[in-house]
Amino acid sequence: MAPLAAVDLHVRVKARFGESIGELTGTRRDNASATVAPAAIVEVCRFLKTEPGLEFDCLSNLSGVDYPKRSVIEVVYHLYSYRQRHLFTLKVDAPRDAPVVPSVASIWSHAEWQEREVFDLLGVTFERHPDLRRILMPEDWPGHPLRKDFVEPEEYHGISTSRESLLKAT
Amino acid sequence: MGLAGFEVEVQRPQADGGLSTEDMTLSMGPQHPSTHGVLRFVVRADGEVMKEAIPDIGYLHRSIEKIAEKVGWHGFMPYTDRVDYVAAMPCNQGWAMAAERLAAIEVPKRGEYCRVIATEFNRIQSHLLSVGSMAMDIGAYTPFTHALREREYINDLIEELCGARLTFNYMRIGGVAWDVPPAWREKALAYVQRFEPLIDEFNDLISYNRIYTERLANVAVVTAEDAIDYNLVGPNLRGSGVRYDVRRDEPYSVYPELDFEIPVGRGEMGRVGDCFDRYIVRIREMKECCKILRQCLQQLPPGPVITKVARNFKPPPGDCYVRVESARGDMGWYVVSDGTAFPYRCKIRTGSFAAISIVQKVSRNLMIADLIAVIASLDLVAPEIDR
Repeated sequence: MAPLAAVDLHVRVKARFGESIGELTGTRRDNASATVAPAAIVEVCRFLKTEPGLEFDCLSNLSGVDYPKRSVIEVVYHLYSYRQRHLFTLKVDAPRDAPVVPSVASIWSHAEWQEREVFDLLGVTFERHPDLRRILMPEDWPGHPLRKDFVEPEEYHGISTSRESLLKAT
Repeated sequence: MGLAGFEVEVQRPQADGGLSTEDMTLSMGPQHPSTHGVLRFVVRADGEVMKEAIPDIGYLHRSIEKIAEKVGWHGFMPYTDRVDYVAAMPCNQGWAMAAERLAAIEVPKRGEYCRVIATEFNRIQSHLLSVGSMAMDIGAYTPFTHALREREYINDLIEELCGARLTFNYMRIGGVAWDVPPAWREKALAYVQRFEPLIDEFNDLISYNRIYTERLANVAVVTAEDAIDYNLVGPNLRGSGVRYDVRRDEPYSVYPELDFEIPVGRGEMGRVGDCFDRYIVRIREMKECCKILRQCLQQLPPGPVITKVARNFKPPPGDCYVRVESARGDMGWYVVSDGTAFPYRCKIRTGSFAAISIVQKVSRNLMIADLIAVIASLDLVAPEIDR
């Protein structure tokens, strides 16, 4: 059985959640996505995972993108269904000054680590996450490096983060 | 992560007068020969039995995703080698494919074949390191030398192709950097011919050794449901009996034209999804790589290997999610372009990152020595976890 096209997947989610689901953007299988209202994300994910015929059993990727111009941090969920071979992308816009998004760790176990990474590198807080702490950066690192306005500190515990160019003429 | 929160837990003396015991908290790594990179586990153990092994990662974080935003589309290619330096070719390919998808660039047929040849040689080479070092971690040193010997021959071939023996940098956006050198094809074919029987020799040497299989069978069993829930990919997923391979199920490049099988774990030494299954899947995959390589080397079509791509490459605004089958499985590249000469965002979702997230769950109630087998069987490569 061929996987459902993004248009059909969008129609099914939209039929169930109405206003909470935005328009479909992107035309290819690998970029077709829909925005979801932050408050609805857990229910939408649960529906996508459990609904017969959809069965998105895998959270393939969870990432974040900072858009200072729109003043949002977009959290991007790439969902995949091993059983049905569907691929679909959800996007949640979190306000940049206080980004809070409900956690989907209760739906896919892997989300726990992926959300920690987004929290660490972009500063998005995931509500009801079982263990939200930094994962790649040191615990006392200032700021969130993947934000567009992040400025690298000059030193970390007395260790300089820059050096003279080795190519400079002596 | 310090040891705070993992303090020694003192148990009260038992009412029946039995001895009181204490849980011990050990820090394993970040410098430990079996961790294949810098990787740390905080182990809470009751004697030799682990109650918990909590992974602590980030020691090899080089902010590769941030670098992508600063160096431009072509400039990022050499950094992709460093994402997973044991299997650099698939990382090259993932990045190239993402850029090509965004800009709708078609790669010439010969270029695609060269990519597959390079990637499959890299896969064998990576699996050899994995199975060889796994045997060594378990305590058998000789198989490691056999695996490394063969790995060196493949390094020779790849060196002729791209000039490097570790951080291979062969692919470019639009194709590959150089055509195969003269007479390389015959040399490569002859090597595949020689190498394939050595897999059986390796099996005779270690794979079915009684001590070895006893150490691996029924250890850290991952069910198919858990594997998918934790997003395990590649040989780790197939070890749990899920017949899924991006090369076949989400086809890219010239894989649809090639004939190969997808080996899965069958629980032949214990239960499906144990350490042995993950190990033996890699052994069998090397045979399939030989099959693919032979077809590619024989069918290699004439023509150019790279298409013309602007030096000042600016793909139109948009995003895409590209997946390639790396040696450690499905590797996802989420790339966003804003139409400028610099990628807006590049997220690399790697197999090892998923694999280490399941360690805490599967290591419960195992012996400390088994943790070594678990790490080796999941084929964790630290730079790929931390990026």
